[in-house]
Amino acid sequence: MNGLAVAVEMPLREFALDLDLKIGAGDRLALAGPSGTGKTSVLRIVAGLLRPRCGRVALGGETWLDTGTGIELAAEKRRCAFVFQDYALFPRLSAWRNVAYGMRGARRERRQRALSLLERFGVAALANAYPASLSGGERQRVALARALAAEPRVLLLDEPLSALDPTSRRDALRELHSILAELRIPILLVTHVFDEAALLADQIAVIDRGRIVQSGAAAEISARPASGFVAEFAGAVVLRGEATKTADGLTVVRLRGGGELRSVDAATGPVAISVFPWEISLQPPGAERDDSMLNRLSGQVDSVTPVGNRVRVAVSVPQPLSAEITARSARAMRLRPGAHVIVAWKATATRLLSIGSCDSR
Amino acid sequence: MRPRSGFSLLAAGATVVAVAFLLLPVIAIFAAVSPSQMVDALAEQSTGEALWLSLRTTLIAMVIVVTIGTPAAYLLALRRFRGRALVLTAIELPLVMPPAVAGIALLAAFGPRGILGDAVEKTGLELVFQTAGVVVALVFVSSPFFLRQAIAAFVALDPRLLEAARTLGAGPFRSFATVATPTARPGLAAGLALAWGRALGEFGATLLFAGSLQGVTQTAPLAIFSEFSRANGFSSALALSAILILASAALLIGVKLIDGDRAIEVAPE
Repeated sequence: MNGLAVAVEMPLREFALDLDLKIGAGDRLALAGPSGTGKTSVLRIVAGLLRPRCGRVALGGETWLDTGTGIELAAEKRRCAFVFQDYALFPRLSAWRNVAYGMRGARRERRQRALSLLERFGVAALANAYPASLSGGERQRVALARALAAEPRVLLLDEPLSALDPTSRRDALRELHSILAELRIPILLVTHVFDEAALLADQIAVIDRGRIVQSGAAAEISARPASGFVAEFAGAVVLRGEATKTADGLTVVRLRGGGELRSVDAATGPVAISVFPWEISLQPPGAERDDSMLNRLSGQVDSVTPVGNRVRVAVSVPQPLSAEITARSARAMRLRPGAHVIVAWKATATRLLSIGSCDSR
Repeated sequence: MRPRSGFSLLAAGATVVAVAFLLLPVIAIFAAVSPSQMVDALAEQSTGEALWLSLRTTLIAMVIVVTIGTPAAYLLALRRFRGRALVLTAIELPLVMPPAVAGIALLAAFGPRGILGDAVEKTGLELVFQTAGVVVALVFVSSPFFLRQAIAAFVALDPRLLEAARTLGAGPFRSFATVATPTARPGLAAGLALAWGRALGEFGATLLFAGSLQGVTQTAPLAIFSEFSRANGFSSALALSAILILASAALLIGVKLIDGDRAIEVAPE
């Protein structure tokens, strides 16, 4: 399998980029962190659009860049697709010509293939439209179709959802998730939104000022943030389950591994559930039921991590989640690994996102 | 509506004066020349020849200017190199150079006794008193108009478009030809319109460098001057002027139409 390996060292304006990444074929890594931390520079280095002072980029056994030996493969020879933040569609080419741009072969055949890709992304009707007349969501799909049409060996996505308004972002997130899950190439995406990273990627590397400060699965990072910075950034807990509608208008979600939740969001089928750690309260096992907190799960404490004047408590329910409470409450409850607790939060704090049935994780 | 201030009245007055002053001479020509006079003038051999020569020479000059100017402007717009500012200023020099000086300068460079005179002679190309000389003069005076606009158009290009083309496997030539040039087309067309307009009106440099031989180097502006200098030639100079105005207007409109009506996207920063 052709994995992507990246190691770079490069001074940027205010700090130095210094990191090491490995992504296997079919793996999705999200480089997540606030704006201006060097995320986009990493993508540009992988694509060959930026040359670092020191660095190595290799796909499988093929070296794309090695500043030590002077090897540098031109960007146009890497077959490394790049979905730009504002999509960078060619304004003078129609949607299908944009998609066909990176294809080889006869015009007729390229048109056929472009049309079938646009159809797969649900925008076949816009094949002859020009980018200026497309909505944000439509542009995103055309850009993605264009990137995949060239049969890339690596896919890079720079803030793939940030150009969208909040309502289309939710649908786009779900679609993007199912498209990415089908690919069998290394995927590196960059985002400043933690739940986007958690939903789109299977591994997250949190980057701050040019360095990776923590990497791992989303739940792992959220449950045991390595620093206050990561805790602040890795806001949401993400769980998975199966949603069904009930007569009272609420959605019931059966969690994988056991447990049941309620949410005011409408959804059916496989869903991702997100909730912020500070919305989750912890109670001792015998505590009385608070009727305003519809969601109650019992679990076992995995770890207790101080984060400033608060603590992050990782709990298996059995899916991992994390709650954030004051250090004082944690002391009062004598929380320690292995202790049994009740976690509770409101149905209104439970956000659902339908993720389709092709989730392989 | 806001109350009219003294200044807005003044500005309106200035606009009326400016537009009237620019249009009046044009109107005067068409007031003095009847359509039948224009038809008669066209029928005259010297006039027809001069117009045909103007059309041919400006067309050839524009092909040369666009073919060489477009890639040159692309490089000057995108590459940063030592001395770039100097080059950008140098190519604009012919803009401020008096046309007569341009003619003298061309003679000094390519004339029989010019520094490249021998080299030109060896190639078998004759410039002075030849149609080819007219083309050289036209290219010299008009190309800066095209280059300036073309450089500005390529500078305004979103660099991510070119990067996107590269990640899709397009080499430097393909991204220039299929992404940069089409996207910059409105700017290129505007530059072409300006350059063509300048070439059609070219007088001084052509007269000094190539002369004013009827049918060989006497373009429409030179023919107008020769009619004007003749006794009783004013009315035929007027008729030829009217035809030249119509021809230039038609060319400019035609070039503007290259622009097309497709909306172009302005990429956010």
